[in-house]
Amino acid sequence: MKNRLPCIVLALAIAVVVCSSWPKGKAVFHAREFGKLPVLLNGRIQPFDSVARNSLLQLRTKQTVALEGKKELTAIEWLLEVMMKPEVADDRKVFRIDNGEVLSMLKFPEKEKYFSFAQLRTRYDEIGQQAQRIEKRETDKLSKPENRSVFEKQVMKLHEGVMLYQRLEVSLRPPQSDDFAAELEEYKQTIGPGVAAVRASQAGQTFDQNAYDRILALLAQYQAVSRFAYVLSVPPSQPEVSREDWKNIGTGLMEAARGGGISPAITFYAAMTTAYRQDKPANFNQAVQQYRQWLGEKFVPELKKGRHEFFFNEFQPFYKSMVIYVIAFLLACAFWFNSSEWLRRSGFYLMAFAWVIHTFGLVFRMCLEGRPPVTNLYSSAIFIGWGAVILGMVLERFYRDGIGTVVGSLAGFVTQIIAHNLALGGDTMEMLRAVLDTNFWLATHVVVVTLGYASTFVAGLLAVIYILRGLFTATMQDKTAKALSRMVYGIICFATLFSFVGTVLGGIWADQSWGRFWGWDPKENGALLIVIWNALILHARWGGIVRERGIMNLAIFGNIVTSFSWFGVNMLGIGLHSYGFMDAAFKWLMMFVVSQLLLIGDGMLPRACWRSFQSQSPSWGSAVRWAALGLNLTVMVVGFFLGYNSVWCLLSLGIFFGFVLTIFLATKGTPSSPTAPNPATGLPKGMESRL
Amino acid sequence: MLLDRVINFFTSLRLTVACLALGLVLVFVGTLAQVDLGLYKAQNEFFRSFFIYWSPKGASWRLPVFPGGYLVGTVLLVNLLAAHVRRFTLTRKKIGIWMVHVGVMLMLLGQLLTDMVSHESALHLREGEAKNYSETEREAELAVIDATDADTDKVVAIPQGALMHHEEIRHPEMPFTVRVKHFFVNSAANDRAPDAAEPPAATQGIGARATVKELPRVTDMETRDVPSAVVEILTSQGSLGTWLVSEFIDKAQSFTWNNRTWQLAMRPRRHYKPFTIQLLQFQHDIYAGTDIPKNFASRVLLLRPNTGEKREVDIYMNNPLRYAGETYYQASFDRDDHGSVLQVVHNPSWLTPYFSCLLVGAGLIVQFLTHLIPFIRKRVSA
Repeated sequence: MKNRLPCIVLALAIAVVVCSSWPKGKAVFHAREFGKLPVLLNGRIQPFDSVARNSLLQLRTKQTVALEGKKELTAIEWLLEVMMKPEVADDRKVFRIDNGEVLSMLKFPEKEKYFSFAQLRTRYDEIGQQAQRIEKRETDKLSKPENRSVFEKQVMKLHEGVMLYQRLEVSLRPPQSDDFAAELEEYKQTIGPGVAAVRASQAGQTFDQNAYDRILALLAQYQAVSRFAYVLSVPPSQPEVSREDWKNIGTGLMEAARGGGISPAITFYAAMTTAYRQDKPANFNQAVQQYRQWLGEKFVPELKKGRHEFFFNEFQPFYKSMVIYVIAFLLACAFWFNSSEWLRRSGFYLMAFAWVIHTFGLVFRMCLEGRPPVTNLYSSAIFIGWGAVILGMVLERFYRDGIGTVVGSLAGFVTQIIAHNLALGGDTMEMLRAVLDTNFWLATHVVVVTLGYASTFVAGLLAVIYILRGLFTATMQDKTAKALSRMVYGIICFATLFSFVGTVLGGIWADQSWGRFWGWDPKENGALLIVIWNALILHARWGGIVRERGIMNLAIFGNIVTSFSWFGVNMLGIGLHSYGFMDAAFKWLMMFVVSQLLLIGDGMLPRACWRSFQSQSPSWGSAVRWAALGLNLTVMVVGFFLGYNSVWCLLSLGIFFGFVLTIFLATKGTPSSPTAPNPATGLPKGMESRL
Repeated sequence: MLLDRVINFFTSLRLTVACLALGLVLVFVGTLAQVDLGLYKAQNEFFRSFFIYWSPKGASWRLPVFPGGYLVGTVLLVNLLAAHVRRFTLTRKKIGIWMVHVGVMLMLLGQLLTDMVSHESALHLREGEAKNYSETEREAELAVIDATDADTDKVVAIPQGALMHHEEIRHPEMPFTVRVKHFFVNSAANDRAPDAAEPPAATQGIGARATVKELPRVTDMETRDVPSAVVEILTSQGSLGTWLVSEFIDKAQSFTWNNRTWQLAMRPRRHYKPFTIQLLQFQHDIYAGTDIPKNFASRVLLLRPNTGEKREVDIYMNNPLRYAGETYYQASFDRDDHGSVLQVVHNPSWLTPYFSCLLVGAGLIVQFLTHLIPFIRKRVSA
């Protein structure tokens, strides 16, 4: 039975994934079908569903809207309401406000997190004034966007959210029209006489005042729509000339007055809007169906793109793989304490299954974008996780000790979390600015350098495991330690290869596009730091300057170097290739750096304090161990509440390292102290053979 | 004995590790310093220097506090070379290490060479305009032009360095001497009111109606110095007067001597080429419905009279033109989208990173495979 357990676990996981991806019963309004319709936004064709999800992520940091009870609105259902029945949507609580100062400025209760547009409307002047003041200072060059205070950033975010919401509201329907279909018919009738009346009035002749007034009233509305509508939903009238010439509804309607004729797309949208407002699902579904048919004549690629991206959105491969990675991680951790082979194998199978979904998502995304895997920070997170899981699987395959699974699944899980948070900024498939618009360099430099990040992180994670398991648990034997040490060494070799080649390729790309191979730009320097650090570890090992634990500590520091290169340089706010400024991320980065430094300190504690590697550690050893753990936790927890400000970080790390040093000096001379400096000067014997 | 110790020091792996560690700190601090100093200055202070200096505010002396990029790079290079001469033998097992190290040496040398001999200038063209020279923005020259002949100008260009360091400049093509009375690396010129107390900057030309004052040099990337000078033209029959020349003044100032017309102009330093480049069209593409730039492209006509070469070339992002030992990159453009700025780079060692990347990449792969394959064999058979 135990032999089959891993297979059963895997089968169960597959079943859950399949069931959860199955579309649930048909809704009255075919919102899903509507969600597949293609529009142009951010320079790319995407389905309404993506517009809905990305907008909700920006406003609410979630892809659904919670309703009373346990019900919820899907993103596309919410978007339909916003675009077609704003009077209902305005009461949905979709604006998330966390900042206490913003809440008190708006006189909102601090206990609540989500607010509706109707609530915000009453305070809109306040938000607008604040935003205007901030923007004016920046256009006058008195301040810069990166110097905004937390409050200012939150106000601007809210302001942008409100703008986005209002633009969505007018994306498919002129704001005052209750029955858009009927109004459109009337507009069609009015255009001829109306335009004639306007021309006559301009020429000073007698004209039909009624037709004149009516057309101007309508055009004034449509002009507002053409200025504010968020999505370009009307396909080009001449796709054979340009497939990119999409317009918004307002522009489409305005052009009709110039004699361009009304696009059938607008007629279909009007029919959908009217049917939705009048609560006639059959008519709505029919209009959607007819519009799809009409698109099928000339817009097959766009229709396909919409359908595929919709599927991708709904399947959520990265979310699914993330959940499975967690389970795999827990199973493999359990194996260390329990040593039941079925736990290890179940974990391994699950990680492999999650990786298959992860890969599917990655490849699907590449096909959707027509790009290599890494195009921005978001996709770099996805790809680093992917590469790390491969390394984890290889390690597990060779060593069969659960370590590969723990490292792989943890890396997979954490990078997905990071990616999820990066996605809150909006569309993750945004178009690439001119210099980045080259699949060749994205496929070579970016992929290789990202694999370099991934392998350096894996080496660092392995080292973390070495120290945590060795110091705090009795589960490490000499054999495991040797294996870990070999893994770390091998992976650092790979990391050196990838980071060096990737960095130099980056230089060559820079030579191709800017005319210099190396410009000491922050992002370039970040990559160089990883190369230098990996080379340093290898040379220190070959020179016998560090041994097993030394390598582990150096590898953990590699985590810090890599995280600086990956995220830190983007926070400097300078440089040619910074791709985004994140503040919340800074706190997390500091937290990570502090945690890694603490681990390095732990790793320097004398071996007598370690629980592993010895049958019985002296009583003072376990006291030191517990003290170290207590200090670690205190630094992290208190640091979290203080936002990891530099004073706390320096002070607490200083105290901790002082503690480590004291212990080190107090036990110096005892034979079990392994951190004693290597007395050999110059090259130790046998080094030649290691080179 | 001492020699042995020196050799031991320069061949030791400890030195390698120390250099790498210093390099790490240097790169890190140099990156952070860019926030305050800007890219250009930080580059010069941290990476293109032998030492990083520190001096207290207002003091005239400075103290070297940390090795700079050149020093670390040189020591690393010596260390590598020495270690190879002393320790490494070229065997099959170590071929990978050799390739890696030769590649790294090639890269360090190539970058050193680039720093020393590469040269950058810019070529700004409006649509339709043709030029046979590029200009260095951070360096000026005083052009003394014999404009008597309507078809061709004879130019004597006096570089900024000569203006700064020489008082009197003579040239066989100039039938007079140019005496530099004042030279300002950075300056501001203003119109002078007729009744102003301040004397005019010069006796002739625009300078007779203007004043000039020296300004401190600029350090940031966006603004640049505007050099000016007051020069006197000395002929065999005495002085013709003084002229104010400055990059502020767009047009050349004329004077006549011995029935020939001469012009004076201070302008960015020019580099003439045996061919002309004409901008036919500049294109600035954006993604539909956004203002995200998709591509910048210049279509140019290349004309080389002495070989009869005449062809059209597209220069766009990631696709420079490499011609006559120089590389032309799409660098910038005019706001109205009808003009383009090409960066012109002369860098004879531009290929070294390509070779060194290949060498190091291949070397690392060879080296790791020679260890990995036996390891995998052992694991699989176990």
